[in-house]
Amino acid sequence: MQILFHFGRYFLLLKDVFGRPERFRIYWRRTLEEMDLLGVQSLGIVALLSAFMGAVITIQTKTNIDSPLIQAWVVGFATRQSVILEFSPTVISLILAGKVGSNIAAEIGSMRVKEQIDALDIMGVNSAGYLILPKLAATILINPFLVMISMFLGIFGGWLAGVQAGVISSDDFILGIQTGFKPFHVTYALIKTVVFAFIITTISAYQGYFTRGGTREVGISSTRAVVYSNVVILLANLVLTRVLLL
Amino acid sequence: MIEVQGLSKRFGDNQVLTDISAVFEQGKVNQIIGMSGSGKSVLTKCMVGLHRPEEGRVLYNGRSFHDMNDEEKRGIRQEIGMLFQSSALFDSLTVLANVMFPLKMFARGSEEEMRERARFCLDRVNIVDKDDLFPSQISGGMQKRVGIARAIAMEPKYLFCDEPNSGLDPQTAILIDDLIKELTEEYNTTTIVVTHDMNSVMETGENIIFIHQGRKWWQGSRQELLNSDNTELNEFIYAGELMREVKRARDAGR
Repeated sequence: MQILFHFGRYFLLLKDVFGRPERFRIYWRRTLEEMDLLGVQSLGIVALLSAFMGAVITIQTKTNIDSPLIQAWVVGFATRQSVILEFSPTVISLILAGKVGSNIAAEIGSMRVKEQIDALDIMGVNSAGYLILPKLAATILINPFLVMISMFLGIFGGWLAGVQAGVISSDDFILGIQTGFKPFHVTYALIKTVVFAFIITTISAYQGYFTRGGTREVGISSTRAVVYSNVVILLANLVLTRVLLL
Repeated sequence: MIEVQGLSKRFGDNQVLTDISAVFEQGKVNQIIGMSGSGKSVLTKCMVGLHRPEEGRVLYNGRSFHDMNDEEKRGIRQEIGMLFQSSALFDSLTVLANVMFPLKMFARGSEEEMRERARFCLDRVNIVDKDDLFPSQISGGMQKRVGIARAIAMEPKYLFCDEPNSGLDPQTAILIDDLIKELTEEYNTTTIVVTHDMNSVMETGENIIFIHQGRKWWQGSRQELLNSDNTELNEFIYAGELMREVKRARDAGR
C-alpha cells in the first residue's frame, strides 16, 4: 500500500509541476541558471569519466578478442557501440543521478525543513512548479548535450589509448568506428538520455519536496533520491532497449 | 477579519486541534498563546491553508478558504503576509531580492519600481545598506525584520507572525513587537501573532486566544487576561518569575 501512496503523491506532484507558471520570464531565467548548475558544472566529471572509460573499453576489447580470425577494426567498432549504446546514455545518467540527483533532493529538502517552501505556498506561488519545472527543463535540455560530448570523448579516449598503447592502428580504429554505423543508435541514446533526465529530476525533487524533519532527514532524502533514481533508470533502460531496439 | 468556525485537525491518531472557533479582528494585534505543543502553530497553518482541517472552516472576510478553488486560494494568499519562526528567507537570494521576490512574482510595474518598493519596506523595518548581503550574513534579528519587510511588500490585508520573538534578545524582541503593532495600525491589517512570550503579550496583545490541549481555553483582552481566574491560563501566564512579580505588585496595590 505504501508504494501506491508514493505513486499517487508523485503523480499529483507532477500535476503541480506542470501547472501554469506565474511569470514565464522568471521560470526561464531560473531554467538558464539550473542549466549552468546542473549541466555545465557536470561537464568536468562527464568529460573525465568518458575519456577514461573509452580508453579502458578499447584496451579491454583488444585483450579479449585478440585472435587472428577477428579483424583489427572490430576494436574500434566495439568501442563505438559500447560508448554510444550504453556507456554514454546509461552510465553517465547513473553518475548524474548521484551528482545532480543528490543536489536537487538536498536543495529542495533543505528549503522544506527551513519553511521556505511554506513561504512560497503562502505567497500564492506554485512551489512545485517554481522549484522543480526549471530543473526539469534544464536537465532535459542540457543532458543530451552532455551525453553527445561524452560519446565524442569516449571514442576519442579509446582512439588515443589504443594508438598510444599500440593495441590498434589509427586507421583500423577509424575504420571500425565508421563500419556499420546506424544514426538511429544515436537517436536511441538521446531518447534514453531524455527519459533518464526526467527520472533523475522528478524522483530527486519528489524526495526533497516531501522531506519532513531536519538535516538528518535531508540526508536520508538525498540518499533515497540517488538509490531510487538508479533503480528506475536501470528498469527504464531495459524497457526502452526492448521497445526501441528489438 | 478572519473567522475560524469549529476547526479540528488530527495527524493520524493524534488529535491536535478540537472544535476551535474564534474571531480575529481587523486593525488589531490578535495573539494566539499557549504552551509548546498546544497546537497554536498548527492552527495558524490551518488558517493559511498549509494544513487541511478535518472539520470546520476558515472565513476570510466571510469567504470560506477551504471551499475556494485553487485560483481563489492563490488570490487570498497574495493578500497574506507571513513571518515565519525561522524567517524562511531564501538562502540563495540577497536581502533586497528576498523582499522583491513577491513583487516580481505578482506585482505589475518596472524592475525599478519594484526595487523602490522593496527599499521602502526595508527602510520601514530599519534595514539600511544591507541590500546585497545574503540572509546568512545578517543577524537573527535582522533576518526577522527582512522577513517582515517581505511580508508587507505586497501590502497584505492579513499578517501572520509565527513566534516572531523566538531566539531574539529582549531589546530586539521589543523592537519586533513594536514594529508589528505599528504596521498593523498603518496598514489596518488583521494581524495574528503566535507566541508564548508573555512580554510580547503584555506589549502588543489586543485580542488574545489561549490554546490549551488543542482547544480554545480562553479569549479576551490584555486587561481581562490579568484578571482571569482560569487555572490553566494563570499557570501559563505566571510560570515566569517576572510575571509572578507583576502579580504580587498588583495584589499588593489593591
